[in-house]
Amino acid sequence: MIWPILKRDVVLLLGGGRRGGALLPILFFLAVAMLYPFAVGPDAKLLARTGGGVVWVAALLAAILPLDRLVEPDLEAGFFDQWALRGLAEEWLCAVRIFAHWLCFAVPLMLATPIAAVLLGLSGEQLLTLELGLLAGTPGLAALGVAVAAVTAGLRGGAALAGLLILPLAVPLLIFGAGSLSTGGEGGLALTAAASLVLVALCPFAAGAALRAARE
Amino acid sequence: MHGFANPARFLRLARWMTPLLLVTGLVLVAGSLAWGLFYAPADRLMGETVRILYIHVPSAWLGMGGWTTIAIASLVELVWRHPLATIAARAAAVPGAVFTAICLATGSIWGRPTWGTWWVWDGRLTSMLVLLFLYFAYLALANAAQKDGIGAGSRVTAIFGLVGAINVPIINRSVVWWNSLHQPASITMGKSAIDPAFLWPLLICALGFSLLFGGVVLARMRAILADFQAEARLRRRAQRELATGRAMSSVEGAAT
Repeated sequence: MIWPILKRDVVLLLGGGRRGGALLPILFFLAVAMLYPFAVGPDAKLLARTGGGVVWVAALLAAILPLDRLVEPDLEAGFFDQWALRGLAEEWLCAVRIFAHWLCFAVPLMLATPIAAVLLGLSGEQLLTLELGLLAGTPGLAALGVAVAAVTAGLRGGAALAGLLILPLAVPLLIFGAGSLSTGGEGGLALTAAASLVLVALCPFAAGAALRAARE
Repeated sequence: MHGFANPARFLRLARWMTPLLLVTGLVLVAGSLAWGLFYAPADRLMGETVRILYIHVPSAWLGMGGWTTIAIASLVELVWRHPLATIAARAAAVPGAVFTAICLATGSIWGRPTWGTWWVWDGRLTSMLVLLFLYFAYLALANAAQKDGIGAGSRVTAIFGLVGAINVPIINRSVVWWNSLHQPASITMGKSAIDPAFLWPLLICALGFSLLFGGVVLARMRAILADFQAEARLRRRAQRELATGRAMSSVEGAAT
């Protein structure tokens, strides 16, 4: 029962059309990475030192973009109600949605990161730490995204609100993820993965409870 | 606990508790601040600047206590669906945010002469700033949810209140985990590294601020309940007028 839901979620989140598609956040991510050298000047040493953190900030900002189409269209269409009638709990649907969101947002993001690294003049070693950090941190970011999208679904001004809600909650991921760059990955990566795992474990329940609350 | 689910009973209690808490809190705060500012000795190392302690430390405690209140009330709301818990959580958010802001402001003013800088990106300062932004997010969410009806919105807000509560223990432990510029806690359960000359005014001041906090929460809860009542009354009157208006027009219709 899980497999067809995952396939459907991935197709809907990847596809363009009314829902916007998965390409948009990635282009936005690259645009932010491109903006930074314009703002601080093309000093290669400064860019190489601060570039990793900029990639993390750009990833967080890009994570805001897909939030309003992550849960709300399906909530309106009654997708969750239909599955609840068939006895599948919202928590399962949210866990599947988190995995689908990770596939459609985080994987393209990690594929686009080398381009951002070239723009910011990062070394190969830094790029490797950055990719490992993103691999450890993005599951938590995806989980947080689905939970925040479920909490704000159906509220007026939900899109702007979702951005305000997700940023303070994502701060631990950012601190550990960007912090791992300065130590070459030692310690920081494990902490990023730990924070990420906590979020992955908690968020399906928070999102499921929010979806049930929205039904009342 | 469900004895107070009846708002009338709660309101009877809150009517005399609110002024009592506010007045006692004000007296205690004024008294202990006067004690701390004029009679307590200056610190050997920090000199007169130590006196900001009497505002900084209680407001830090209450900034965290505010979110703890939100988290407990949210849990009660989600598990037992207690009707007053939602209102209590919403009422605690604004004073909590104000105390967090006071804590950040006084800490920054205190940091300038003692650390030589207004702000450092240290674990405790950063997590307190994150807490302030969590308060802003909570208030924005509560406002948006309230506009779209009360039932569903309050539960959604309670879920965010619980998720955000992860931050409170992080703040509490941050000074231990990231050993940096901010000193570790001087007062823990049972023992204190602070001289009694500073400790007594500090504790009385903290008690006074806590009473003020409780009084403000009660006052805000009463205001929110009064809002609900006024709205319900308006709705009833509108329905009544609609009904009598219809009756009038049908009478007129019959007369002609």
